[in-house]
Amino acid sequence: MTAAPRPWALLAELTHGCPLHCPYCSNPLELVRRSRELSTAEWAEVMRQAGEFGVVHTHLSGGEPLLRGDLAEIVTAAESAGIYTQLVTSGVGLDDARLAALAAAGLRSVQLSVQHADPAAADRIAGHRAFAAKERAAALVRAAGLPLGLNVVLHRDNLDALDALIQRGVDWGADRIELANTQFYGWALRNRDALLPTRDQLGRARETVQRWRDRLGGATDLVWVVPDYFDGVAKPCMGGWGAVSLTVAPDGTALPCPAAASLPDLDPPNVRDHSLEWIWDHSGAFNRYRGEGWMREPCRTCSRRAEDFGGCRCQAYALTGDAARTDPACALSPDHGVIRALTDTGHPAAAATPAPTGGYAYRKPGGG
Amino acid sequence: MTAAGTPPAPAGWRPALAPAVSLRHDRVRDADLLVLPERVVVLRGSAARILRLCDGDRDLDTIVAELESRFPGAPVADDVRAFLGRMRGEGWIR
Repeated sequence: MTAAPRPWALLAELTHGCPLHCPYCSNPLELVRRSRELSTAEWAEVMRQAGEFGVVHTHLSGGEPLLRGDLAEIVTAAESAGIYTQLVTSGVGLDDARLAALAAAGLRSVQLSVQHADPAAADRIAGHRAFAAKERAAALVRAAGLPLGLNVVLHRDNLDALDALIQRGVDWGADRIELANTQFYGWALRNRDALLPTRDQLGRARETVQRWRDRLGGATDLVWVVPDYFDGVAKPCMGGWGAVSLTVAPDGTALPCPAAASLPDLDPPNVRDHSLEWIWDHSGAFNRYRGEGWMREPCRTCSRRAEDFGGCRCQAYALTGDAARTDPACALSPDHGVIRALTDTGHPAAAATPAPTGGYAYRKPGGG
Repeated sequence: MTAAGTPPAPAGWRPALAPAVSLRHDRVRDADLLVLPERVVVLRGSAARILRLCDGDRDLDTIVAELESRFPGAPVADDVRAFLGRMRGEGWIR
């Protein structure tokens, strides 16, 4: 086996603890307990190794990474390893002193989650009164001169507020607003009936984004993460399995993507047992779906296989029970009917009117 | 983002990397990179050499003069001005 190209990015899930309970959380259903988290020294070693073998970018994420009292030390370790750091936060717990310490440690950028443009609706979706803290956090980040990105996970409950959401982002001085249509894994899959939008909602949202792009002329970067259930095209998940980035979970489990914890027979390695370089190059988990050797038809001979890499393994598993099948989001998948049944107009779920009260299974420990 | 709509550089412009942007040499890949909050740009040719001169002290004429002295006879002036204009349009230098 020839060595795989080096990874560019590390998603560091520093903790699964979080004051918010968003029903689409990208963390796995089985959250890692705080007592099993990597220590400061262990994270510092992960950063050292990551920088050593080619990682240039780390997202310091969670859960809520501000719950880690040693966050500034982890930033220092990443910065010393030559890795650009972005904090991915709910904003809860970010005050002036905390931000100053992080900036002094070398923090380069902050990405803030936003649930809705309306404070009450935002707090209802988050399952926590967090909106006011987010507004304060955005102002602090701007005042500190750090780049500010917003991440808005889009779903049935907030797509119709997209215009006001973008207005909020512009008012808060965001450099970049990521409009991330919900990807249905873990918590989002559990809450799919409540979160799945309608085609009409998505059509209007696309028009809203185009209108804002024309108006902003690039002054604020609007990123539209496609709703793959609706487009008939599989997303190039993670830029390919074990190709561009890796995730380290709070307990040191290393994964090709944050959702891969859901695959039952992956047997992912742990940074407590192996070096990152060994994990990347030699572990079974990182080689399982690397390249094209694992592909079956229709992917194996598909002209798009080098563009979408067969789509998402975790989605294939979630919807068919077999992670090696073509992603059902692709119109060429023999299982595409599973998706169409959920998204075609006329289907009960697709026809449902937006449910303003949510009715979510909120993300919380023990919920898995 | 495009350069369209970017106002022309002010007279006496002293280009500097935008605060969000980090210019670094990647030893592993033997490449020069611009690292931004959500992306990495791999620099080709003399791009990194030019950007390293964008320190907020040197003005455009100084940058061009330094490059010309290093590469006598090369058509530096127009290329460098066009390149830095594009970089400014992307928002990576200001």
